[in-house]
Amino acid sequence: MAGTARRKLLLMGRSGSGKSSMRSIIFSNYSAFDTRRLGATIDVEHQNLRFLGNMTLSLWDCGGQDAYMDNYFSSQRDNIFQMVEALIFVFDVESKELRKDIETFVLCLRNLYEFSPSARIFALVHKMDLVVVEKRQDVYRALMHSLEDTSAMFSFKVQGFATTIWDESLYKAWSNIVCSLIPNVGIYQKHLQTFAEISEVDEVILFEKTTFLVLSHVTSSKSPGFESDSTRFEKISNIIKQFKQSCNKLRSQFQSLSLRGSDCSAYLDSMTASTMIMVVMANKLVTTGTGSEEAESGVVDLLENDDPFSGEAENNIILANIKIARKMFEKIEHMSLDG
Amino acid sequence: MADSRGMVSEALTISSHRQGQPIPKILLMGLRRCGKSSICQVMFHNMQPLDTLYIESTSRPAATVFSSFIDFEVVELPGQTNVTDGWNDDIEKLFIESGALIYVIDSQDEYINSLANLHSIIIHAVQINPQINIEVFIHKVDDLSEDFRLDAQRDITQRVTDELLDDGLLNVPLSFHLTSIFDHSVYEAFSRVVQKKLPQLATLENLLNVVCQHSGIEKAFLFDIKSKIFVATDSSPMDVPTYEICTDFIDITVDMNSLYKIDSQDQNAGAKNTGDDYEPYSSGQEGGKKESKPIGSTTRLSNGLIVHLQQMVKGLALVCLMRKESMPKIALVEYNIEFFRNALEQLQQLA
Repeated sequence: MAGTARRKLLLMGRSGSGKSSMRSIIFSNYSAFDTRRLGATIDVEHQNLRFLGNMTLSLWDCGGQDAYMDNYFSSQRDNIFQMVEALIFVFDVESKELRKDIETFVLCLRNLYEFSPSARIFALVHKMDLVVVEKRQDVYRALMHSLEDTSAMFSFKVQGFATTIWDESLYKAWSNIVCSLIPNVGIYQKHLQTFAEISEVDEVILFEKTTFLVLSHVTSSKSPGFESDSTRFEKISNIIKQFKQSCNKLRSQFQSLSLRGSDCSAYLDSMTASTMIMVVMANKLVTTGTGSEEAESGVVDLLENDDPFSGEAENNIILANIKIARKMFEKIEHMSLDG
Repeated sequence: MADSRGMVSEALTISSHRQGQPIPKILLMGLRRCGKSSICQVMFHNMQPLDTLYIESTSRPAATVFSSFIDFEVVELPGQTNVTDGWNDDIEKLFIESGALIYVIDSQDEYINSLANLHSIIIHAVQINPQINIEVFIHKVDDLSEDFRLDAQRDITQRVTDELLDDGLLNVPLSFHLTSIFDHSVYEAFSRVVQKKLPQLATLENLLNVVCQHSGIEKAFLFDIKSKIFVATDSSPMDVPTYEICTDFIDITVDMNSLYKIDSQDQNAGAKNTGDDYEPYSSGQEGGKKESKPIGSTTRLSNGLIVHLQQMVKGLALVCLMRKESMPKIALVEYNIEFFRNALEQLQQLA
């Protein structure tokens, strides 16, 4: 099986906690509003998704009704819990029977401990929008505290996220989950760093194309104060995902975006077959190209210039840089995941 | 029960004046819980449509000043206001100052009462101000099927016109719109209402036609960025999906721009970044603050469509749709648009 890696993800949680809703939003391009239409999941729904070239995410959406749950822990036990890469357990923050939810969580851990002891554990405290803003942190902390204790008993380390389908927090959680499954995410990061340095841009973000989850991002140390909003990456995921839905209404797909904002310029274009890149530059540092190509990296170097009319040139240089970098990133994508 | 006479005079006193001249008004009326406040909140205060469930019932007249290419004011009268109850100068003044009257009907409810109320309002309004445009919003159609919507529209149109005919009122400027806050229909309907009151509409359309012809643009809209009302469009036929893509594109442009705003002095601006803090581009009158660069953005879709946005004067933006063949000549298109901007500036000075 050279090059194809199948990663099994278990999606668990009580009935109605929002498992299928979040799956549809992230992987099937639903809008948060559309999830009203979803019915209850019967037994286990399998979804296989190609992710980043040669990786396949095999998502097991396990229906959360008690009858199915009992089944998972008895007759289907070995089938469900074998070869699991990650368990994503969804807690409904409004749940009336939190104790029972935690018991189910413990049962999952116990089975995973037996069948896939190397699995990663994620706990999503979902439907956070239903909690008053001031209380959200406390509620989340309290629940996570008890979860951390229980998972320590099985020598698992649980990673928690507070999520809701109504804002970008869902993208943050899933971006972290998916990134933890990609073995060469470090290589992406490294090359993105190099790209940002050579092109002298303030920020570069790499997205997966269909889900628009953030794979990696680099912010230059010289960048002028974008730090005010640390959730901007997920926000971009959310914004573009919504725009993709409106493009779908025209029976078309989103391809690229260039923005000349009041303070910054941004370009969003596809990088490889399964990734998109976004490059952000502050307007103050207007740069123009020298035209000389650096032989080693193959990326056009930029020189600073005060000419205010060089926006067009700058635009083209960034596009050229992306084009050159594309080959490199394609190579990473096709690298054998096992090797 | 609140005194409706008091309400009307309150509506008059809250209204803004500019250089002694009252700003033209758009009256928003309808029975209780028909969705007037929701329309106002969604259109002018960036509220999410779902959040409108929690809006309290309006008990006082509320006014929102909409300042764009032209200024006007949306005055919302609470549902319990009875304008036909007694005759007084305040009602007369309110109707005289209003260019349009939007009457909202809840289509998911029994609408017979609304129609009776609407009828008496029309009779009054037209007597006082024969020029007033009566715009009926058949609202909350999101839950009705396509056929049912048209049926409802036909039924309501029929009943209203028949009743007016019985009273011998033949030439009432009356139009009907199917609206919902959950899609773009309410924006479109409101745009139509505003356009009717815009004296420069013909000039703007003409200008847009010229730009389109000479730049290979298929369709162009002049939008007010903040409310997403379109002030004018060229005369080629318009379909709903293209309009929707344009409004969505404004959304993402504004959102992305606010994510990457550099504000060194204002630290807490990052806390709320949903476009509320977005300031329309003013033509350099803002004291102290540096004139910010007008924003522009372009997107390419897989079917060869290009959506191009360029900020114009006073919070307006030109959004145009092109084919990919025009992409190599985008600089020329921008050059042409620059002329359009100049024309807009001149128009604005005249106004």
